[in-house]
Amino acid sequence: MLSAILSLALLLMLAPLLPGVAARTRSLLTGRRGPPVHQLYIDLWKLMRRGVVYSETTTPIFRLAPIVVAATVVIAATLVPLDRTSSVLRFSGDAVAFAYLLGLGRFLLVLGALDTGSSFEGMGASREVTFASIVELGLFFAIATLAVATQELSLSGMLGAPLGRHWAQAAPSLVMVALGLFSLLLAECARVPVDDPSTHLELTMIHEVMVLDHGGPDLALLLFAGAAKLAVFSALVVALIVPAPARSLPVALAILVAGTVGVAIAVGVVESATARLRLPTVPLYLAGAAALAGFGLVLVVR
Amino acid sequence: MSGRDEALRLRNRRAAPLARVPVLDGDRFAETIADAVSGGDRIISLFGLVETPDTLRLVAVLGDDEQGQLRAISSLVSQQLPPLSRGCPQAARFEREIAEQCGAAVAGFQAPKPVRRHPPDHAPSGWPARPHDRDWFPFTSIAGEEVHEVAVGPVHAGVIEPGHFRFQAHGEEVLSLDIMLGYQHRGVERLLEALDRRRAVLVAESIAGDTVIAHTSAWCGAIEALARCQKSPRAQALRGIALELERLANHIGDLGTLAGDVAYQPAAAYFGRLRGECLNLLMLVSGNRYGRGLVRPGGVGFDVPAEMAAEIGLRVGQLREALPPVASLLLDAPSVQSRFEGTGVVSAELCGVHGFVGPVARSAGVLRDVRHDYPYGVYRFVQIPVASAWAGDVFARALVRWLEIQRSLEFVTEQLRALPRGECRVPCGALAPGELVVALEEGWRGEVVHVAVTDDAGRIRRHKVTDPSFRNWDAVALAMRGGQISDFPLCNKSFNLSYAGHDL
Repeated sequence: MLSAILSLALLLMLAPLLPGVAARTRSLLTGRRGPPVHQLYIDLWKLMRRGVVYSETTTPIFRLAPIVVAATVVIAATLVPLDRTSSVLRFSGDAVAFAYLLGLGRFLLVLGALDTGSSFEGMGASREVTFASIVELGLFFAIATLAVATQELSLSGMLGAPLGRHWAQAAPSLVMVALGLFSLLLAECARVPVDDPSTHLELTMIHEVMVLDHGGPDLALLLFAGAAKLAVFSALVVALIVPAPARSLPVALAILVAGTVGVAIAVGVVESATARLRLPTVPLYLAGAAALAGFGLVLVVR
Repeated sequence: MSGRDEALRLRNRRAAPLARVPVLDGDRFAETIADAVSGGDRIISLFGLVETPDTLRLVAVLGDDEQGQLRAISSLVSQQLPPLSRGCPQAARFEREIAEQCGAAVAGFQAPKPVRRHPPDHAPSGWPARPHDRDWFPFTSIAGEEVHEVAVGPVHAGVIEPGHFRFQAHGEEVLSLDIMLGYQHRGVERLLEALDRRRAVLVAESIAGDTVIAHTSAWCGAIEALARCQKSPRAQALRGIALELERLANHIGDLGTLAGDVAYQPAAAYFGRLRGECLNLLMLVSGNRYGRGLVRPGGVGFDVPAEMAAEIGLRVGQLREALPPVASLLLDAPSVQSRFEGTGVVSAELCGVHGFVGPVARSAGVLRDVRHDYPYGVYRFVQIPVASAWAGDVFARALVRWLEIQRSLEFVTEQLRALPRGECRVPCGALAPGELVVALEEGWRGEVVHVAVTDDAGRIRRHKVTDPSFRNWDAVALAMRGGQISDFPLCNKSFNLSYAGHDL
């Protein structure tokens, strides 16, 4: 239990580093120096000390949104086995809770965006919800594949004990799930090729446009939640693809840190190798990712 | 005899007496324009000139691109304009501009759509003032379930110029787009008419901050033609080099921002750096990264000594080596092609009807290039092939830019190798009285038009400026119809029109 709490704390502290790692990777690969890796820590510190301005047209939902978004990501993180043995919270079927905690956060984020009455935020919200409905499908295919492969119903059961044995038996399925999950990560965390984290153009944005009206500590919470989401999804991918057992806590923590940073680097590599998709083709991309996880399921059920 | 045959024949930068421009009856004037345009001519310029306190003289300059022939006709009209845009959509924007600048009334309209939303500044003094409301703008409105309106600007998220865009959208699909401009109106034409030459040249340089060389060259071209000033071959070559350097900097920068708009970072970063190299070349020549201070009446303000020419040649050589891999990185990437192709299509037919110019027209297969059609200066001796593409989409506009980059690089290299000797600037004297001159220049955005008319004392009586953006803004609105609203920034960037150049 203590090791689970320790690794969760480490992951959350480490989270703001990951977007910086992705940005630095992208900068280096495109011949630039880029902002410092710890830029997000600086931004969060700056935003936390700022005041907040609320539009007169908004209701308390708008103020509630950042808190719920950040809280749901942190609670979802407690369900993920980060120390390669167990998670902080674990119960049968917590994988479903994981998916819908993220769903709850998104619901509030979308409500907050619609609450502003801005047409940009309405468009962003509509895009987010449309794409999320496909992301969710892929996520459940992935969860179901893992559940069938491991005969477990909690995330700790599926990913807690190292998957070494299952890799021997169901490698094709797990490869598909890992690829599917990584593709979904790019969508869920608003990265290229689905979204562009560095754009400032309201008409093309998805995630960024929904947080346009938030400022100060509220924005800090949303930025932190975004980074934490990337960290949690990276940790999921790491737990899935690194089959080595954890002999001690330091080894487990080292795998966690190296693994999540590795995923962030992979995100940066993808971002410097490809352009963003045209918006109408994003559902195809997501459906492809979901289908990949779905085929994984077919293979293990057979 | 048709009105077109009666018209005064002109050449690019050859002044002629205004008195020789035929004066037609209003309706015949409008008919002549409509007939000429339907016969393949293009409206180069159409503007109002105050004749007496009660009458306005409309002057139209028609261009026959194939023959390189300009024709001028005119008409004396009262406050009610003849029906210029009836059967001639190309005249519509000019008609609205005249109504706004001269306070005239347009047939068939209670009030035509404003162009720049400023009070009249070229109105005959005897005309009663028409009501002016700066905030009035008739936006298209579409009613219906799930149709929504999106308003963007005039303050934008990026560091760009102000303009207001109003979309009528159905979900992600754009049904129509209205573009409201005029936030940057500075009264450029009035200033060019009122100021003395030394100050006016600074205004000409500021018409559009990224088109300094083209606008100043066109302005100087008009002044020099009126003053019968013969530039030296060296000055002409240096102006040509500067114009192509300006084109290089902007085209390269555009390719970079196009890459940035589809989140394709590598090309965005490399093009961004190479654009800086081109600006530095202009800096080397003129001491200013945008070439201010370089083009002056009678020639150029700064000569290029032999060692500087060698230095420029060296750097251009480096650009010629560095650019092709970067261009292929962008244009050969499948993920980029899938974004560029089929986005924001402007057909050749639309270019014909609305008279779009520059890379926008050339990317739709309409070969319009002042350097080729109405050659002037150094372009009379050195032909630059006209770059073109067919699809008329974002990819075609990017491709045309890349082709023009290659040809400009060749041109600059070639010119530097054999720079003519001689003075770089000759004196430019007083202007001939009572004359009209049309100066065309192919800026990087397209055709820059300066038309100057002198009064009996040889002072500038009217100076009409038409930036390519003035014609091409409608292309942006038309290209967006039926497109994805999320593609607007990309589409808009592929045109990269000037707000200041339009607003004057």
